[in-house]
Amino acid sequence: MYAQMIKTASTGVKSREEMTEEERRFQDRIDAGEKIEPKDWMPDDYRATLIRQIGQHAHSEIVGQLPEGNWITRAPTLERKAILLAKVQDEAGHGLYLYCAAETLGVSRDELTEDLLSGKMKYSSIFNYPTLTWADIGAVGWLVDGAAIMNQVPLQRTSFGPYSRAMIRICKEESFHQRQGYDIMMKMAQGTPEQKRMAQDALNRFWYPSLMMFGPSDKDSIHSAQSMAWKIKINTNDELRQKFVDQTVPQAEYLGLSVPDENLKWNEETGHYDFTQPDWTEFFDVIKGNGPCNTDRMAARNKAWDEGKWVRDGLLAHARKRAARVAAE
Amino acid sequence: MTRDEALFEYLLRLGDNTLILGHRVSEWCGHAPVLEEDIALANTALDLIGQTQLWLGLAGEVEGKGRDADKLAFLRDAWDFRNVLLVEMPNGDFGRTLMRQFLFDAFHSILLGKLMKSSDPRVAEIAEKASKEVSYHLERSAGTVVGLGDGTEESHARMQAALEYLWPYVGEMFTGDAVDAEMAAAGVASDPASLRADYDALVGRVLGDATLAIPDSPFAHKGGKTGTMHTEHLGHLLTQMQWLQRAYPGASW
Repeated sequence: MYAQMIKTASTGVKSREEMTEEERRFQDRIDAGEKIEPKDWMPDDYRATLIRQIGQHAHSEIVGQLPEGNWITRAPTLERKAILLAKVQDEAGHGLYLYCAAETLGVSRDELTEDLLSGKMKYSSIFNYPTLTWADIGAVGWLVDGAAIMNQVPLQRTSFGPYSRAMIRICKEESFHQRQGYDIMMKMAQGTPEQKRMAQDALNRFWYPSLMMFGPSDKDSIHSAQSMAWKIKINTNDELRQKFVDQTVPQAEYLGLSVPDENLKWNEETGHYDFTQPDWTEFFDVIKGNGPCNTDRMAARNKAWDEGKWVRDGLLAHARKRAARVAAE
Repeated sequence: MTRDEALFEYLLRLGDNTLILGHRVSEWCGHAPVLEEDIALANTALDLIGQTQLWLGLAGEVEGKGRDADKLAFLRDAWDFRNVLLVEMPNGDFGRTLMRQFLFDAFHSILLGKLMKSSDPRVAEIAEKASKEVSYHLERSAGTVVGLGDGTEESHARMQAALEYLWPYVGEMFTGDAVDAEMAAAGVASDPASLRADYDALVGRVLGDATLAIPDSPFAHKGGKTGTMHTEHLGHLLTQMQWLQRAYPGASW
């Protein structure tokens, strides 16, 4: 899972002449492929952009537990239940490393959580779509984790050390997640007519929302250009989306499922598939809070946080009492 | 009742306890009070489901009628379940969930310690594997019960209420019947009543540290491990858990 539509905190890429001496040295380090570590000097805008990006990525992991968690109690076999539990546990773990990476930039997990719960910070649009059948759990692994991997593999080379190291760990687990998703789809696509219908229906509903995960085209965006110069962003949204389509279409064919796009066609000249763009109006609606599940997802997170307050307070009070007792001894 | 029939029943009890508790714990996924708890609850549920695969897998083998762990988990109705009532009780708030976990973990760890010495090597082997996981479950649930019991006034009150609600379901874990007698005679398992002294010592110590008062009523609800009378809650749990297998019979997932 990952971040999308991160607004870069800058007014565009500065020329070397416009940069201060510190900024020039910073950019040289990035250009030389060095990692920036938390204690190193960095421009305020670099720090602010990373906090947004890593924070949103972390929130996506946390909210992303909900659509998959929706099927844990209904998983069809003990093995599927165990695998799904392990996967959702991994997502929570990814959230944890990412919040830790963000903390190195000077923002606490609680501050980021408050921003998520108040709606100030976003999470990936994809988690505002419902998981309606067991095949959706397959589709989430295959398509959603597949799209996330497309974005995250290049981010292993991102310039900020803690983020890069978190990505290396996360990518290993995500590729396992994607395989388990594809494995569910395979079983369904080769199963009974009802299972095949579920699999096709899941692909129909998740195809365009998965393409939206990369965000609208940003090839002309000055914000993206700055993020790319800082190596916070490695590829344009269109490049990643194309790569995803090129990779996924043959997988759908292998499953015997049809991608819901009449214009989908292999283009000999470009060496890529031509495909229909998702409905960007729908995307902006979802971002604004009008997706099928936005209200429920935020309500669930707020409820968990509010109802958990007495637990957090209780454990903190106990830790303080214990520390006081130790100090008194 | 032959020895294998008794063993089958006994294994169902072990496997159904972990299955039903694992299901309950997994209901928390994504809704815990803090991220570390989401991870810990998912991890506990995962361990319990893994143990279920082993116990019910062995139960199916012992029964010898071609039922595997999945068939046993997904295609029996409530009266054929053999879990203790404690584990089917709804989650309630986080405090009740952790209190239920602690009351069960304490029993489970003592039980598995004995089963590791079972005369049946298949039972001993599963118990040994499970026991490592359960000692971690116990450490964590005991720590949380102490932290919340001896936390704020509110957390203390909630934990005391959880203990009072769940205490009447503790006694069933130590009641014995013909199945237990047969298992004890064969050296497969101990008489459940013999585990009570260790349990009371462990639970008494932890609840003491948690500043919680154990209810003085010895009353115990029964009917789960024998299957004679489950709570109303089990049917709803099974409705959800078994839905796909029931709606699409014979499909492979």
